[in-house]
Amino acid sequence: MSALAGKELRIIGFLCNWCSYGGADTAGVARATQPTDLRIVRVPCSGRVDPLFVVRALLNGADGVLVSGCHPGDCHYAAGNYYARRRLEILRQFLPVLGIDPRRFEYTWISASEGQRWQAAVTEFTRQIHSLGPAPKLEDAEPLVRVADMALTALRPLGTGRNAALDELKAAIKAKLPELDCVIGWKQGYDAAHAAPLFMRTEADVDQLIWGPLNVSNPATYLPSLKGKKVGIVVKGCDSRSVVELLQEGLIRREDLTVFSMPCEGTLDMARVQQELGSYRHIDSVERDEAGVTITADGQPHRFCMVEYAQGKCYGCTTPGAVLADVRLGTPTPVTPAEATPPELALLDGMSLGERFSFWKTQMERCIRCGACRNACPMCVCRDYCVSESRDPHWLTQEDKPTEKLFFQAIHALHLAGRCTGCGECQRACPVGIPILALRQHISRAVSQTFDGYRPGMNTGATPPLLGYAVEEKSIHEREWK
Amino acid sequence: MSNTRFLTADALSGAVAALAATRRVLIPVRQPAVKQSVIFAPYATGMPVELMRATIPPKEAVLPQCETLISYRMLKDARNPGSGSRLELDDTPQAEATVVFGCRPCDARGFAVLDRPYLKGPFADPYYTARRHCLTVVTQTCPDVESTCFCHWTGGGPNSAEGSDVLLTAVADGYLLEAVTEKGDALLAALDGTAGVTDGTDRQEEARNARAAVQALLPAAPDLATAPQAVAARFADGDFWEAQTAQCLSCGACTYMCPTCYCFNITDEGDGVERPGRRIRTWDTCMSPLFTREASGHNARMTKAQRMRNRVSHKFSTYPGTWEGAFSCNGCGRCVSNCPVHLDIRDIVLAALNGRQGA
Repeated sequence: MSALAGKELRIIGFLCNWCSYGGADTAGVARATQPTDLRIVRVPCSGRVDPLFVVRALLNGADGVLVSGCHPGDCHYAAGNYYARRRLEILRQFLPVLGIDPRRFEYTWISASEGQRWQAAVTEFTRQIHSLGPAPKLEDAEPLVRVADMALTALRPLGTGRNAALDELKAAIKAKLPELDCVIGWKQGYDAAHAAPLFMRTEADVDQLIWGPLNVSNPATYLPSLKGKKVGIVVKGCDSRSVVELLQEGLIRREDLTVFSMPCEGTLDMARVQQELGSYRHIDSVERDEAGVTITADGQPHRFCMVEYAQGKCYGCTTPGAVLADVRLGTPTPVTPAEATPPELALLDGMSLGERFSFWKTQMERCIRCGACRNACPMCVCRDYCVSESRDPHWLTQEDKPTEKLFFQAIHALHLAGRCTGCGECQRACPVGIPILALRQHISRAVSQTFDGYRPGMNTGATPPLLGYAVEEKSIHEREWK
Repeated sequence: MSNTRFLTADALSGAVAALAATRRVLIPVRQPAVKQSVIFAPYATGMPVELMRATIPPKEAVLPQCETLISYRMLKDARNPGSGSRLELDDTPQAEATVVFGCRPCDARGFAVLDRPYLKGPFADPYYTARRHCLTVVTQTCPDVESTCFCHWTGGGPNSAEGSDVLLTAVADGYLLEAVTEKGDALLAALDGTAGVTDGTDRQEEARNARAAVQALLPAAPDLATAPQAVAARFADGDFWEAQTAQCLSCGACTYMCPTCYCFNITDEGDGVERPGRRIRTWDTCMSPLFTREASGHNARMTKAQRMRNRVSHKFSTYPGTWEGAFSCNGCGRCVSNCPVHLDIRDIVLAALNGRQGA
């Protein structure tokens, strides 16, 4: 540590080689006084700045991060900074959900001739970081336990799908089966109270198909790995959005796909169902009526009203019917869209930055790094080549510290920005119940608010916002340095 | 006193607290969340002692998720910088007296499965050995049976003492503790003087009856005597494994929740110059493609079917082949109930045994 230890803070600057790095040089040549806290990393373009650089720096103990590139319109590579602008803006909005003060991160545009502007920017940003003080460390955060409130009101009546046209669906699948390699749906799982994915290849397989609120898993997760095969898939409304998003990104081919759908009336939160059932040896029966399911275990009936026991995502669902389908049976209940904050996100919204930091530290401590969240995600298509497992670059150490685990979640969430359809499989798959969906929900809300209410997986023709740019951004505004 | 103690229901917390005064006591702790889980954590004063089935087995007591094998640092002599650098290295195993209190017989049998390769193989692992020798296991015989339980398929049962030092059985107004090893005797002796702890000889009959009642709840088990051969015979049958694993997501939940999975990865973290470097050992999973990816890029197990074949074959065929027929599956059922898509290892083994093809 230098003699300035204690007075200097650790600020990292990622500067574009063509503009801002030159701008800093110009300031230096002009002998403009500058604070010495900034450590500059020269990058070929602001478009090279992976938002993960910033999160990694901040979680590793940087007190502030500044990214500076060429002015929009002046990119050495034509459009690098247009892409960067969208990514960095979403990153700025994402940081608070982790518990990181967004004022610790700025991005700006400074040309090689703007020495004075550079001086103003670096001076002002450094002043801002000094006023915030040294960044808190995740390791030092106090434990904090909070649990999401699941007493929710649904936008539409929830039901059990007991009148769904399952026999017609089976007939339709059987009719199509000869043209297809397989059709993905659901079968009974290890007991009658659990469903599991079903891969139908024969008519006998089709007879195992079930429909109802136990069908919680998202079959779209399997589609990318079956690319090139003729595949049928039975979907709920939410699953269909994953299918559409995969089509939007060209990760699967429409001509290989046959989508079967029935209107979904809601699915059960199996975690809460399991808790209510407790320890049991045998499921005697699972009976559905209009409003709920009665599961009898070891002679003891347990009643699960859909209104009380649905998955968090079902309450605010506006797509009970499939967004895209080749075979549709039944008519979904109409839904009037309304502002609905999902329970996990509402929980985080109600916390201060410090509380969120503490909350995540406490939650991440029990993560066992099994990777179920990632592998259950239909949009995690890198599969066997996940960046989190790379040793070069060394994004993560193998240490089981909350910082590393939270960074893993940041990788997932940032890679899902503008792509996540909110199916919730990440959280459902977590064996230790960490409410990680909140991170994805938060970033989805940021994307929606920044890009005209954009919702992923609604239109096969739409370009996901972070895969494109606009020369003039409507909702992203340049920061002025004074 | 005999090798049994009776604890009144109210004395349970006090007994755990008494043990915790001189050693680390890992008890099942409920983790508040919408989806609750139960994880073994060190007892701290005031914590409720509830004997619940844990979501994650207590194998962390001997095989932590992450442990430092060696820490190292390069040092230079400041007064004589030209003299080169000296390596300072610490490879002392991190071990402390530990009690696992309130695991289930399937968890305790997990320690027996881990002991074979780590203690009884050609090379005893010094880190494991150090921790294992200062571990005492207090096992609660199962008060109930769950739909995913199949311990009795694999040679265990709700009252199995394998891997345990003390068996704890809930009786009408308290708990009976019965030592089954010398370590167990020592642990019970350490409880003497604690309020509510008395000799338990007269409660043994009651405990036996309670255990028999649970044993009777188990449905009949299939005969897995020929499973090692049946699973091995499927080795080259790619279609079988493809069909059985179509629904697998290739995550590692099954292996990390398994009381008997013991594979690890070793990596070096840190540079050893600015701050100490660490050679760490962490859990690894054969469900990950990285597990077998070689430096050349070649991967011996490219597909999830091959990876699952390894997992099932190891548990039901190759491990029993090495260790006198013992399965490295205790039938705890965690991989079934915690699998995000409920892939059922029982179905795979039975399909191999019965010559079935599909899932």
